[in-house]
Amino acid sequence: MTAAPSKLVSMREAIAAHVPSRATVMMGGALEQMIPFSAGHEIIRQGRRDLTLVGPISDMLFDQMIGAGCVARVMAAWVGNASVGLGYCFRRAVEHAIPNAIETVDHTNFTIAMALHAGALGVPFLPTLTALGSDVLKSNGNLREFASPVGDERLVAVRALHPDVAIVQVQRADESGNPHLWGNLGVVIDAARAARKVIVVAEEIVAPDVIASDPNRTLIPGFLVAAVVHEPWGAHPAPVQGYYGRDHAFFAEYHEQSRRREDFERWLEKWVLNVSARPEYMAGLDESRIAGLRVREHAYSAPADFGV
Amino acid sequence: MVAAAAREIRDGELVFVGMRLPMIAFALAKRTHAQRATGLFENGIIRDTPAAEMLYTMGDPQNLRGATFCGDMISVMSFLQQGRVNIGFLGAAEVDRFGNLNTTWGRESGRPIRLPGSGGACDIACLSQRTVVLLAHDSRRLVSRVAYITSPGNGDGAGWRRSRGLPPRSGPSAIITTMGVLRFGEDGEARLASIHPGIRVEDVLSNTGWPLRVADDVTETPAPTESELAVIREIDPTHFWTKA
Repeated sequence: MTAAPSKLVSMREAIAAHVPSRATVMMGGALEQMIPFSAGHEIIRQGRRDLTLVGPISDMLFDQMIGAGCVARVMAAWVGNASVGLGYCFRRAVEHAIPNAIETVDHTNFTIAMALHAGALGVPFLPTLTALGSDVLKSNGNLREFASPVGDERLVAVRALHPDVAIVQVQRADESGNPHLWGNLGVVIDAARAARKVIVVAEEIVAPDVIASDPNRTLIPGFLVAAVVHEPWGAHPAPVQGYYGRDHAFFAEYHEQSRRREDFERWLEKWVLNVSARPEYMAGLDESRIAGLRVREHAYSAPADFGV
Repeated sequence: MVAAAAREIRDGELVFVGMRLPMIAFALAKRTHAQRATGLFENGIIRDTPAAEMLYTMGDPQNLRGATFCGDMISVMSFLQQGRVNIGFLGAAEVDRFGNLNTTWGRESGRPIRLPGSGGACDIACLSQRTVVLLAHDSRRLVSRVAYITSPGNGDGAGWRRSRGLPPRSGPSAIITTMGVLRFGEDGEARLASIHPGIRVEDVLSNTGWPLRVADDVTETPAPTESELAVIREIDPTHFWTKA
């Protein structure tokens, strides 16, 4: 048997090769879990501009990328900081064009999920009952009301969305890009299927036979994946189930340290611009803080028997 | 407020649990009168038991451990769209006399400010059988007309939801504030149904941004029981969510 070719690259190489300026990039598809902060920070360091960011709730990663000047447009249901609410960089960009004006394309969680599901299914739109009567429907040109062709219902057509690249944080993957991921999945699977390219960011790289031991957990087939990055702690301060918890204090600290533009610029220098890669970022965190985020008590699922 | 919210959940119901206070209300209901209720979370989690520890977000690892189901958003949202979800909880920056919610555009010192947006709120407000809104009682937040309908309530009155194509069995059921509980009449407008202990009707009226009607049978909201308070202390020991 010939092994599939390795797609393992560094984060720097993955972003350089697959995330150009003006790309439409999906990140944070699992909502508060497994947000690829490390990938977002590398995009900032490489100075990408005019990106369209796609996600359901982006948590504070989108706020950081907006503040860093990478973003022209956000297509999301919610932009802020899940711990505390508002995102100050998002507000400054929308209200005062600081550091640049951005366009917001407001979705609901369900409509962004449907847009990616339509993309994944290869159809131009999908119908839904949500958003009827809302101003979200009026404000977003990708949502169009129409009369049902089979009954007397009014429906909303949600236009399919095909991100140029979906960046997906996972627990483990093999070198050819078959990931195992578990926990709540949000819109991750549809986003990966709808996207033109997928970058998998894995806490661990495992042998192909580990992946094949539990194929139900291979939720994205490796042939969709353009690059695999081995990046332990790649989602911090977001959690990765079974690997580390959520650093709630980091979200609250960022909220305070991004309230004023000049403080945000200092935050960005300290945690992103003056950092070469993820290990150096992690070195900026106290050892005791990291210890407090490690899994206290493992809880393994019962094995599934694939015997013949 | 949390105890009043928890009591909106009936035993055995399917509950769509939003962020923040609704997570506490669901956990409280599960540990008191609604032990057979099932919680649906928009990130793809379904739970038949409350999480063992306090949650800051629904994606906290403590909310995944011991869950009955973990999957994608569509698999949970589809139950909403089918009309199976009995009750959904929402917070809001602004709510108006017809129960419409705004979490997209706010005002600060007279200037518009950008708020985070819908998240799953619009979906819950459109599609769950009963929607319950939780917010602090303040005339800047309970307004005559919201500036932007992020999540539709009764629009501009009776019949509006049907005219927009929203499901017949859906819509706002209660607004629970720090002062009382508002419920909706046949005309689609909210009226004061109960006031929390120690609050006067005049206080509620002067802190509401429209001439709020008072129900003929307005009552006092039953105070939280000792056992409810004990559970709240247990699930939110640092009073992170329940400051009062």
